[in-house]
Amino acid sequence: MTNRPSYMDPRNSFQGLILTLQQFWAEQGCVILQPYDMPMGAGTSHTATVLRALGPKPWKAAYAQPSRRPTDGRYGENPNRLQHYYQFQVILKPSPSDIQDLYLKSLYAIGLDPALHDLRFVEDDWENPTLGAWGLGWEVWCDGMEVSQFTYFQQVAGFECNPVAGELTYGLERLACYLQNVDSIMELNFNGGTGDDKVTYADVFLQNEQEQSKYNFEAADTEILFRHFADAEQECRAILHKGAQANRQTMAIPAYEQVLKAAHNFNLLDARGVISVTERQSYILRIRELSKSCGEAWLQTAGGGAE
Amino acid sequence: MPELLLELFSEEIPARLQRRAADDLKKLVTNALVDAGLVYEGAKAFVTPRRLALTVTGLPGRSPDTSEDKKGPKVGAPQQAIDGFLRGAGLASIDDATIESDPKKGDFYVARIDRPGADAVTLLSAILPKVLNDFPWAKSMRWGSGSFNWVRPLRAITATFGAENEEPVVIPFDSNELSAGQTTYGHRFLAPEPIRVRRFDDYVTALERAKVVLDIDRRKDIIKTDAEQLAFAQGLTVIADEGLLEEVAGLVEWPVVMMGTFDPSFLKLPEEVIIATIRANQKCFCLRDASGKLAPNFIITANTEASDGGTVITAGNERVIRARLSDAMFFYAGDLSLPLEHGLPKLEDTVFHAKLGSQFARVERLVKLAGEIAPLVGADPERAKRAAMLAKADLTTGMVGEFPELQGLMGRYYASAQGEPADIATAIEMHYKPLGPTDQVPTEPTSIAVALADKLDLLTGFWAIDEKPTGSRDPFALRRAALGVIRIITENGLRLPLKVEPDLLDFFHDRLKVMLRDSGARHDLVDAVIAEDSNDMLQIAQRAEALSTLLSSADGQNLLAGYKRAANILAAEEKKDGLNYIGTVKQDALVLPEETALAFAVDAVHAAVAGHVAKDDYKAAMAELATLRAPVDAFFTAVMVNDDDAAVRANRLNLLARLRDTMHLVADFSKVAG
Repeated sequence: MTNRPSYMDPRNSFQGLILTLQQFWAEQGCVILQPYDMPMGAGTSHTATVLRALGPKPWKAAYAQPSRRPTDGRYGENPNRLQHYYQFQVILKPSPSDIQDLYLKSLYAIGLDPALHDLRFVEDDWENPTLGAWGLGWEVWCDGMEVSQFTYFQQVAGFECNPVAGELTYGLERLACYLQNVDSIMELNFNGGTGDDKVTYADVFLQNEQEQSKYNFEAADTEILFRHFADAEQECRAILHKGAQANRQTMAIPAYEQVLKAAHNFNLLDARGVISVTERQSYILRIRELSKSCGEAWLQTAGGGAE
Repeated sequence: MPELLLELFSEEIPARLQRRAADDLKKLVTNALVDAGLVYEGAKAFVTPRRLALTVTGLPGRSPDTSEDKKGPKVGAPQQAIDGFLRGAGLASIDDATIESDPKKGDFYVARIDRPGADAVTLLSAILPKVLNDFPWAKSMRWGSGSFNWVRPLRAITATFGAENEEPVVIPFDSNELSAGQTTYGHRFLAPEPIRVRRFDDYVTALERAKVVLDIDRRKDIIKTDAEQLAFAQGLTVIADEGLLEEVAGLVEWPVVMMGTFDPSFLKLPEEVIIATIRANQKCFCLRDASGKLAPNFIITANTEASDGGTVITAGNERVIRARLSDAMFFYAGDLSLPLEHGLPKLEDTVFHAKLGSQFARVERLVKLAGEIAPLVGADPERAKRAAMLAKADLTTGMVGEFPELQGLMGRYYASAQGEPADIATAIEMHYKPLGPTDQVPTEPTSIAVALADKLDLLTGFWAIDEKPTGSRDPFALRRAALGVIRIITENGLRLPLKVEPDLLDFFHDRLKVMLRDSGARHDLVDAVIAEDSNDMLQIAQRAEALSTLLSSADGQNLLAGYKRAANILAAEEKKDGLNYIGTVKQDALVLPEETALAFAVDAVHAAVAGHVAKDDYKAAMAELATLRAPVDAFFTAVMVNDDDAAVRANRLNLLARLRDTMHLVADFSKVAG
């Protein structure tokens, strides 16, 4: 581990964990991005992963992404569940042959010593139905706790990934609880400060969890959400239509942002409990269709490798 | 003799695929060796999370020379035929062929084709890449920029060939970006350095030094033995779990077993919940104390020897289990705070099947059906209806949401907790059973009523929407449901005719046949006791058993021979006469004492058998039939059926028809082989 002051040590500091991972992956040649400025359910949905995973161009990026899962909200009362939490996401395309070693070194960098801990790669097949994506890989266990998801993307938006990208996703709050040895996310030391200077996760996010849970479960106007869903779906198709020029696409990214909007509205509707099981499936299919159209569009852009 | 060592070193192979992969590797390589003419003495495959390995011993250095004679056209055949023969046989000129004579066909050409043997290493360098390309992984993937598929990225290939006292050669081949070599690696953390291997012997030893136990069965033994010793030291026993043991052995190359503890206050949870939590999420074993109660301990199998002796690893696992059990406690308390009925409205939102409505609609059908079945199986209809109403309510509880495999069981706990009578609580758990040919069958009347209702509703529902099983496709486990109905009926001795449409009844017949055959009954006997409209499963099973007993006796065998003879004569004569004999025997047309004796015997037996059958006493019916052996034998010895007197002949044929019909009261003996 590099020498860093105690307030930056991932064992004392949530932001120290993020900064250490950023530094580590920067040293591996990744571009370090900031979070996408729209709500999404997982770091995978960031254009830097889902779109960049498609097409022939090499790409290495790392970033922390707030992930919004309205149904997981518990008004800040459950020690392990939040409707808003952070994922640290790394994408390496093509997946390098030493990707497992690189990943393990990142764990060493945040203070997990392999001489003391039991690190394991346990089968986990990953699938994201709304993105039309799947891959094979593992959950990575540290002493019986899942600390990351490790996936080799095989398909995204219904298209084969070639070359294959390796995706690493660290669940930051859970990892931090382990490193800081606390039982509840809200108890995490956020800034590594001590005494009066200490800022906890609760100081930063408890009110947010309470208010957002109330909105997600009780207050969100479902009529408006249904409308926004339909609007996003319609706008996505309209953008793709307007952006199509011969064999090229000029607005793949704006179209994809409408997919993010539709998916988030769907998640909010789900949290409000107004989508039945049968309808649920049809909404997921509608979002997947949009994802596929956007993936196809991306492949017709320079970023997607179109000539 | 030379031996082959092959190792495919990869990133972590899913535990559940490992053993099958080792078997496949052995089969693919040895089949290809034999096809190439390389016979071997022994082969054994091994698997760890990171490697598939194979040793094949007693191989020849070369495949043997072979030759084949290929017959050609006649001497003097058209040039076109001769040219074709030369091309096919690879001969330059017809002078290279010999001429053979055949007394019938005359002279013809024969080409002798010699195939020299090939060097084993050369053959292997073609065989091995093909094995890799064709490997039958259930699910495989690509990685990096390659197009090769493997279960997870393949990182190194070792392939050596050589005899014991010589330096082996590396079999030269490439796969994807890899070339075969003789370098492997030890344990990921304890001994990651490259290891140069030569042959299987030094390979196994080197791996063992590098903290890798190659043999999965040895890893299982180590885990089992060490776990039992740790438990014994604390006065505990490990709860045996072969599936978990196999999986855990597939997650480690160097098993290190340790014991952790959890807060005894969690023991307030149903023990099945604790075991499910610890097993499914943590892949740890649970333990019992001397009195058989669940102990607040668990067994961890780590994949490493930690420098602190495992303190940190144990603490980490305990921490995760504490969090998981806290979650379970939270769900359990939450579930208990509401009556089971509370979940019913939510079942309206749960689709059972698009064409069969919601789970709640299904519950309503179950209530009605269980109420109807109850009096037939000795259950109280109101109790059966109550149990059916609550049977699916636990599907909406937090605990079953988290652990679907606890469905039914949690319903039982929650029903007991809210004071439901014991038979209702039991029925909620047991109504899913039996889940297969060896699973426990419900025996209490309330449970039986709901279990039958559950399965019959499933079957009639899917039959109504034409979603029947086809071939190996049975997504709704309808075969299992039908077998469940049959087992509940036969094992509880229930007289319960199945009033279902003919096609579904036929499906029940098929399942019953499979069940009876699996339990050792002869095909033909089962067929002999099932008629198209037999809807009483117990009766069929009882008939089959009685028939089998009868036919295992000498009387039964002889009677069967007599029956066959009678049936053959009847069939022939009925065909000749163009009419059916219906068995009306005229006393005054009986001539010989043997036919009179048989006529009286058949009459008496007919009445007795009919009486026994009416009481479903097939044993007695069969015993009664067996008494016909002597008069039947005597009849065929003394009596000529085809008498010149037409009236006598017709009367005798009627007597045989009467015998046939009497025997058919119990089974269709025409279907019995013999």
